[in-house]
Amino acid sequence: MHEHDVIVVGAGGAGLRAAVAAHEEGADVAMVTKLHPVRSHTGAAEGGINAALREGDSWESHAYDTMKGSDFLGDAPAIETLCKTSPDEVIQLEHWGMPFSREEDGRVSQRPFGGLSFPRTTYAGAETGHHLLHTMYEQVVKRGITVYDEWYVSRLAVTDHENPEDRTCHGVVAIDIQTGRVEGFKARQGVIIATGGPGQAFDHTTNAVSCTGDGPAMAYRAGVPLEDMEFIQFHPTTLPSTGVLISEGVRGEGGILYNANGERLMFEYGYANNAGELASRDVVSRAELTEVNEGRGIEDEYVHLDMRHLGEERIIDRLENILHLAEDFEGVDGLTQPMPVKPGQHYAMGGIETDENGQTCISGLYAAGECACVSVHGANRLGGNALPELIVYGARAGRHAAGTDLGEPQIQTGYSAKSEDGHIDSPVPLGAVDAPEGDVAADGAAVDVDTVLSKAVEAENTRIERLMTKDEGVQHAEIRHKLQKAMTRNVNVFRTEDGLKQALRDIREAREAYEDVYVADPSRTFNTDLIHTIETQNLIDIAETITAGALARTEFRGAHWRAEHQVRKDEEWIKHTLMAWNDGKPELYYKPVILEGEEKTYEPKERSY
Amino acid sequence: MSTQVPETESEPEQEQELEQSSKPEHQQRRLAEKRERQAEREAEAKADAAADEETIHLKVFRYDPEVEGKKEPRFDDFHVPFKQGMTVLDALMQARDLFDSSLTFRHSCRQAICGSDAMFVNGRQRLCCKTQISELSEPVRVEPLPHQEVVKDLVVDMEHFYDQMEAVEPYFQTNDLPEGEEQRQTRENREKVKMSTRCIWCGACMSSCNIAAGDNEYLGPAALNKAYRFAMDEREGEDMKQHRLQIIEQEHGVWRCQTQFSCTNVCPKDIPLTEHIQELKREAVKNNLKFW
Ligand SMILES: Cc1cc2nc3c(=O)[nH]c(=O)nc-3n(C[C@H](O)[C@H](O)[C@H](O)COP(=O)(O)OP(=O)(O)OC[C@H]3O[C@@H](n4cnc5c(N)ncnc54)[C@H](O)[C@@H]3O)c2cc1C
Ligand code: SF4
Ligand code: FES
Repeated sequence: MHEHDVIVVGAGGAGLRAAVAAHEEGADVAMVTKLHPVRSHTGAAEGGINAALREGDSWESHAYDTMKGSDFLGDAPAIETLCKTSPDEVIQLEHWGMPFSREEDGRVSQRPFGGLSFPRTTYAGAETGHHLLHTMYEQVVKRGITVYDEWYVSRLAVTDHENPEDRTCHGVVAIDIQTGRVEGFKARQGVIIATGGPGQAFDHTTNAVSCTGDGPAMAYRAGVPLEDMEFIQFHPTTLPSTGVLISEGVRGEGGILYNANGERLMFEYGYANNAGELASRDVVSRAELTEVNEGRGIEDEYVHLDMRHLGEERIIDRLENILHLAEDFEGVDGLTQPMPVKPGQHYAMGGIETDENGQTCISGLYAAGECACVSVHGANRLGGNALPELIVYGARAGRHAAGTDLGEPQIQTGYSAKSEDGHIDSPVPLGAVDAPEGDVAADGAAVDVDTVLSKAVEAENTRIERLMTKDEGVQHAEIRHKLQKAMTRNVNVFRTEDGLKQALRDIREAREAYEDVYVADPSRTFNTDLIHTIETQNLIDIAETITAGALARTEFRGAHWRAEHQVRKDEEWIKHTLMAWNDGKPELYYKPVILEGEEKTYEPKERSY
Repeated sequence: MSTQVPETESEPEQEQELEQSSKPEHQQRRLAEKRERQAEREAEAKADAAADEETIHLKVFRYDPEVEGKKEPRFDDFHVPFKQGMTVLDALMQARDLFDSSLTFRHSCRQAICGSDAMFVNGRQRLCCKTQISELSEPVRVEPLPHQEVVKDLVVDMEHFYDQMEAVEPYFQTNDLPEGEEQRQTRENREKVKMSTRCIWCGACMSSCNIAAGDNEYLGPAALNKAYRFAMDEREGEDMKQHRLQIIEQEHGVWRCQTQFSCTNVCPKDIPLTEHIQELKREAVKNNLKFW
């Protein structure tokens, strides 16, 4: 058994920042991550990181843009904290040596991004995430923080009190991928989940193969509600064949979208008469798909993104990486040809419910980064707002877990007096197929730290044993492919009631097939078959929360478009969706959105760009 | 298809038992569904093969120290359906997902940024996700990176590479920080270090380097490039630069490089590694440091 003060699960931008912050507060920190830190998906971020750094800009303006972008589903305390803190955090990154792009006077460059009223996106070429990830990892190396890389965390060690709000997290269970050994990690002070996005629930995604929603799925089964899962962002410019992202930076620098007739679609068809290509992502994604659906798409599939007019010098200075991506993954030379693009799954606005200190309703359990939902993005995230979230909330979670007093949070977590029960009109049963099987021990006895950990390790060994000894059945790849197809078919940019119900049936089928899953590779050494099999179960749980939440939300808000409900219903729906796993079944409830900021209240308005 | 699991004699029996026994209803149904799925999958594979006709032939290195029949390294053949735009990584994933789920390799981002799928493809270090099948001659031979210990199939032990990367103090060090705002850096200086900051730690360069193969302690091209990234960054200041030059000047540092350019040739991020190493040598000479 390993033992540390703070255990950080995942080593992307959020995890690394959390680890550094906890270490600076004097905690003994360890990171446990299924990939070596520099392989984390934060490295793929391209466009930039928002911070009100310059004269003429203000955190208030950043906060307003973010609230508007969120379609008034973000929580004001979370958004304001983000916008106030990100300038300091960005400067901190610069002080740690991050190679930002520079202006003539030597200051860091900023550029316009969709939905922002000021060009406040700082960047490092079109590979901002790569530089952020490496700069952060360098700081972890500098401090000598322990990293267990290629260790897959598969279960949380949580006490089994009846109410999730009474539970405590004492550590995690992880599999050493190299050897197959299962071991317990005891956390004296806290566990921070920073496992990134769940994009692999879809088959056309910008997300890495490792983005399988492990953290949210584990937290969910341990009793933490998942918040606003129905809000999935589809990025308007991904390469059709692979889902590789073409950064919003291209449109920020002046790239133009054309349909098959060569028309500048954003203006020609009135999708966004002011902001054009720089309207927020949900607006642009719908515009493109509408063009395709109305017969003006190219090869009935995509539209063109043109940056040729920007000129070679500017492209190479600011977007060089885009040239490489278009060339390597689509065989297109962006200097002389327009690039084919279509919407692809990109980001999960929802995730593990936390407060401004990163804490969940289970004490000692924190979350930060894309896997978390403190609710800064609401129904739609603005480009360039995820990276600041990683560092702002990663740092806060790290500090709080290390024992620093960050004050009383204004955001409440867990089921409370303010919660309102909801209902899912599902055509099939939801949740576990057979007997309720949760991640929490079920006999009412596990409260003492060592017992909790040893039980969790034992449970994990049993599960692995079962998967490995079974030598016939269905393989994870088959289940995963079908699930991904089902999600892309029916839980995409455009959603209908029938489609969502069909998706729930398909997810049920995946669950039933999973009952019969087995691992064919008999080896304990680097068994990716086993790891992917465990990940697939997580994907099923996550897909179900996304789809059920989407079915229940009968309105049109942000990225969530519903055929039968073409209006935003503020009276009824300015509230967060919470999905909680209770005895093997998901339960739905809601909590109010906090629109009261420190100085003003944000008034919901129809969004126009 | 090739599986490594030794067939046991009792297996057919077990299967029969499963089929006949009076399993609870839902299990019966599952079994029926499973057969259906199997049939579906076969039909799909056939349809795919018919539609694409073209398949590509992969020859993949296999080894697992733990599994009977895989302890002796060997090559397995896979024929996977070809699709326009397919990369070597796509082909490996197809081989794994359709034919042999025990086929093991690292991969994640599919977009040449995580650095995890560097392998030896048709005799050269490459990132699989960045290599189009159409650029290669068949059969496509996929092997683990040379000069590194193989853990299993295409997975090599990267520890030594990481140790070398971390031996050069790969983190920014300066005490001279402006309060409340960023440090200034000229555009020229950022341009100068830009290429060196692109390294994704894939290890291709190290694996291609003859000197590194012969001298285990040689810092190697990636680590020296990392040192360059900081030594040339004007924000760190002159003292720090001296310190960094001392690190790279050690016995197993820059002077081992024999300018063979193999690292530069294979780097998927087009980093001019050899040039960077040469420039470090020049800086060291200029600074009159001792050299070996
Ligand atoms: C292509 C692309 C471009 C983007 N561009 C931008 C941009 O320009 N600006 C912006 O603001 N945002 C951008 N985003 C969004 C942003 O990059 C991500 O939301 C963010 O990087 C996620 O960081 P993270 O630290 O939460 O997770 P990740 O970086 O994904 O890290 C997850 C970590 O968790 C580990 N992990 C996962 N599961 C387990 C497990 N079971 N056990 C142990 N470890 C585990 C992984 O190994 C990894 O270290 C982009 C996203 C994508 C996909
Ligand atoms: S220098 Fe190039 S080849 Fe070497 S590790 Fe870095 S990216 Fe890979
Ligand atoms: S899969 Fe990430 S570099 Fe190839």
